[in-house]
Amino acid sequence: MRELEYPFDGELILKKSKKLRRALIESRTDFLEKRIAVLGGSTTHDIIRILELFLLNQGIRPVFYESEYAQYWQDVMFDNPQLCAFMPDLIFIHTSNRNIAAYPSIRDQEEQVEALLSEQYGHFQVMWEKIASAYRCPVIQNNFEYPFYRLFGNQDQVYLQGRSRFINRLNDLFYRYALEHENFYIHDINYLSASYGLDRWADPAYWHMYKYASCMQAVPVFAFNLSNMIKAVFGRNKKGLSLDLDNTLWGGIVGDDGPENLEIGQETSMGQVFAEFQAYVKAQKDIGVMLTVNSKNEEENALAGLTHPDGVLKPEDFVLIKANWEPKSKNLEETAAELNILPESFVFVDDNPAEREIVKSQVPGAAVPEIGTPEQYIRVLDHSGFFEVTSLSEDDRKRNEMYQANAERKRQQAAFGDYREYLLSLEMQAQIKPFEPMVMARVAQLTNKSNQFNLTTRRYTQGEIETFAANDRYVTRYGRLSDKFGDNGVVSVVIGRKGSMEDREVYRQNKLPEGDTGRDVLHLELWLMSCRVLKRDMECAMMDSVVEACRSCGIGTVMGYYYPTAKNAMVKDFYQKMGFEKTEETDTGVTIWRYSIPDQYEKKNTVMAVGSID
Amino acid sequence: MSREEVFEKLNEVFRDVFDDEEITVNDATTADDIEDWDSLEHINLLAAVEQEFGMKFNMGQVVSMKNVGEMADIIIEKIG
Repeated sequence: MRELEYPFDGELILKKSKKLRRALIESRTDFLEKRIAVLGGSTTHDIIRILELFLLNQGIRPVFYESEYAQYWQDVMFDNPQLCAFMPDLIFIHTSNRNIAAYPSIRDQEEQVEALLSEQYGHFQVMWEKIASAYRCPVIQNNFEYPFYRLFGNQDQVYLQGRSRFINRLNDLFYRYALEHENFYIHDINYLSASYGLDRWADPAYWHMYKYASCMQAVPVFAFNLSNMIKAVFGRNKKGLSLDLDNTLWGGIVGDDGPENLEIGQETSMGQVFAEFQAYVKAQKDIGVMLTVNSKNEEENALAGLTHPDGVLKPEDFVLIKANWEPKSKNLEETAAELNILPESFVFVDDNPAEREIVKSQVPGAAVPEIGTPEQYIRVLDHSGFFEVTSLSEDDRKRNEMYQANAERKRQQAAFGDYREYLLSLEMQAQIKPFEPMVMARVAQLTNKSNQFNLTTRRYTQGEIETFAANDRYVTRYGRLSDKFGDNGVVSVVIGRKGSMEDREVYRQNKLPEGDTGRDVLHLELWLMSCRVLKRDMECAMMDSVVEACRSCGIGTVMGYYYPTAKNAMVKDFYQKMGFEKTEETDTGVTIWRYSIPDQYEKKNTVMAVGSID
Repeated sequence: MSREEVFEKLNEVFRDVFDDEEITVNDATTADDIEDWDSLEHINLLAAVEQEFGMKFNMGQVVSMKNVGEMADIIIEKIG
């Protein structure tokens, strides 16, 4: 589909993705189905949305597993059952420099920087090893892009403490791992972000507002590049180039102008452009691409052009030369038949739009890039990723691997034995308090944007939130969580209303009672948590706080309500996990839960320090 | 560009993004009125609006924008 071929209009793809998706799915039936797990260190929603389009366009129909926000490491290390059950064909790890937990400080000595480097690398290495043993599927791992600012200016690449230098060194360790391990591939976002423009790519607004590792507009470039790697891993690379000659490999028309008058070589700027392109094409041979000629010419003239003394390509560089007056689509099909490969394995390169049109319409599946003007040929072919390299010479690799493997096993053993140990290592500190002026806006905002971990999905204005805070009928709690990596801010909100057991009837219909109905039961009108702190036991700490609040005013029963939406299936059994008993389930899926506070309440949170004072 | 024209273009963008030809937005339209308009689609929507009008919302505007009317106000202010 033209819209999805390089060079493409990324904004159009973003905007019309739904329409494009429908058309792609209808366009063919012989898709290759692949299960792809996307494990993100940032939001991956739109990456998946656009990646799907590019993969469909490559003939691959993906089924995705998407980790919860920023759970890439935990999903792997603690055997997330959904991920295990998903049985991925490929795992893509979408991390960025926002996931580097610590950088050197200017006061660090060399050995501290080294220790930090090996710590940051170890975090990833132990995960890759786990994947290799547990999933045995190909892994694609982002490298790190440069930081968007340089504390040491131009010396940021020089000083050991510079972030740029640190990132380069970390990347280098990634590359070494990739060289030593089969089925492990680096997705080079460092190059991609540079090529795109780092300032635009790293627009901090997208991180701070949406936890995106890059700006939205860069997503198509990213997804396209990634789709090229994925199709290569699954054996869908193109295999050969079908090349026009006149004005494609040299300037001018050899039959009319004579070989001596062609623009090729160092004499003119145009000649240089074509010579560079010929050198680029010739180098494709070294990575296993078959070169063929598909030209409207007398063969004699074609050969005369190819033996031009200033040319880089020579006739012997081509496995097949077709120079005749047949339609190029026919030549391409015959070439494919003679070489015993499919016509769609070819990339047809021709400066003439009319010829491209014929091949496009007559040889479905063959790639026919819009190659632009001669100085753009290399970029268009290169960025199109037709021949994405996934492995070069297999031979030398394995020696180092065994040596490496032993060291890595040791490292893996040293990793956390269980999840609790991991949580403890985070040194988490929660602060859980009734609503107070400083947080009203954030609390209201959370009620309006939390969809997944949200039991009742009630939306409130800041005014309503302030009213609850001032009303002693309500128990309000907000929770803030920080750990050794930093402060996550306000991440959880609970609102409970004191009333009687009879209020259940009203809540069952997802309505709210009015007036004074009693004070012996706490009805949980809202319980939400930001997905950025999933699986950190923050909900346990909130529960403890709710129980404590009930006890201090003599309430012995807490009622919880779950109203299903399209997005909150995650918390369907939440109250059960908190020790509630289900008392009712309606035919619309609403569930009602009761918790009788025991005399000896045992705190559910055992992994973080909880304070109510700053 | 008049306010009517802005809304006409906004309708097109909304229809593209949510792939629904029935959508007509007005000043009071919010995410609650359109089924697929969640926090993730919101990002996509804003990017599409920015592209359509050749402008960019700053972070403060994105954070405070409450309905389509306010969105239109910002657009008109930016493109004059």
